[in-house]
Amino acid sequence: MAPLANYLVLAAILFALGVWGVLRNRNALIIFMCIELMLNAVNLTFMGFSAYLNDYSGQVFVFLIMAVAAAEVAVGLAIIVSIFRHKENVNVDEINVMKW
Amino acid sequence: MDYGYGLIGIFILFGIVFVIFTIFFAGLLRPQRPNKTKLENYECGEAPMGGAWIQYNVGFYIYALIFVIFDVEVVFLFPWAVAFKQLGLFALIEMLIFIAILIAGLAYAWKKGALTWES
Amino acid sequence: MNLLVFYILAILAAGSAIMVVTMKNIFHSALFLVLTFFSVAGIYVLLNAEFLAAVQVLIYVGAITILMIFAIMLTHQLFSRSLRQVNEQVIPASLITFIFFVLSVVALAKTAWPVSGGQLPEDRIFEIGKLLMSEYVIPFEVVSVVLLVALVGAIIIGRREKSGDTK
Repeated sequence: MAPLANYLVLAAILFALGVWGVLRNRNALIIFMCIELMLNAVNLTFMGFSAYLNDYSGQVFVFLIMAVAAAEVAVGLAIIVSIFRHKENVNVDEINVMKW
Repeated sequence: MDYGYGLIGIFILFGIVFVIFTIFFAGLLRPQRPNKTKLENYECGEAPMGGAWIQYNVGFYIYALIFVIFDVEVVFLFPWAVAFKQLGLFALIEMLIFIAILIAGLAYAWKKGALTWES
Repeated sequence: MNLLVFYILAILAAGSAIMVVTMKNIFHSALFLVLTFFSVAGIYVLLNAEFLAAVQVLIYVGAITILMIFAIMLTHQLFSRSLRQVNEQVIPASLITFIFFVLSVVALAKTAWPVSGGQLPEDRIFEIGKLLMSEYVIPFEVVSVVLLVALVGAIIIGRREKSGDTK
């Protein structure tokens, strides 16, 4: 297996790209994809540590994170679709009211 | 590394190379005389109506959503099924609780009419 | 050999992640996201976690990305044209991200992570199932509640147009 640091650095790269995407994009859907990217980076660190510490708890956590990610995507995208139906766009810099 | 996974890697590589190779050489060999009919979207031989990039019905989204939730549920069933023989009754009860909670969700979706199609 | 495969997958994952962030057409972003998830699944296989790799493909590629593509298709005008997707804070955002990235890489590379020798027990799916049913029972049951709440909430939000279009 490749050294543990390799997996961690790859996870850092993916996480940083996710942060970059969240900060620079104004389309809510792309922001969502970048959040998924960050979750994946965290999963990758969990998996790396799980393999190198010989402990399956990390894999169980990844499992649970995936379930939570699915739930998050379901609700989040429903919210985005609903916002789109009201405002005809999903740019986050134009969604600035809590009620309409 | 397992030899078995190396084999899968070679298989994937071969698949990619094969597709690229075939498309590339087909592009070199075939005659190229495009006209308007040929460039239109293909709709099972019918005359196409509108572009391919249209807005879809929200109903599809609700179905995809329910699919995602129960997809996750089934993934959770799998390790349970593998470990079931050793764990016995306790695991069975746990899984019954798990499924019962999600069936409540299914019943809710059913009652709300999310499973019936309306356009 | 193993290292080479890791680097190929890592470059694939990072490269397509860059494409996800920078693509003009949001639909192409979603497709590159699929590629990223696939390469991460490949890395899971390298880490001897075949089951999690399969779950990654099932949940992330098979379910989450499909849902994303559905949402993109529902918000029609956003994917047919190349709109300006970048907000006004591109330069400070890139700078901050870069600093964050450098700092985290330095921290990760400098730390001496504890690594235990030996091998994990062979029957991997079985071990995960056992842990899930014994030590992590409560999270396991909570996940079902989370999924239930997500289902109910998403149906309520997603089907609001039925009770008269209140604009």
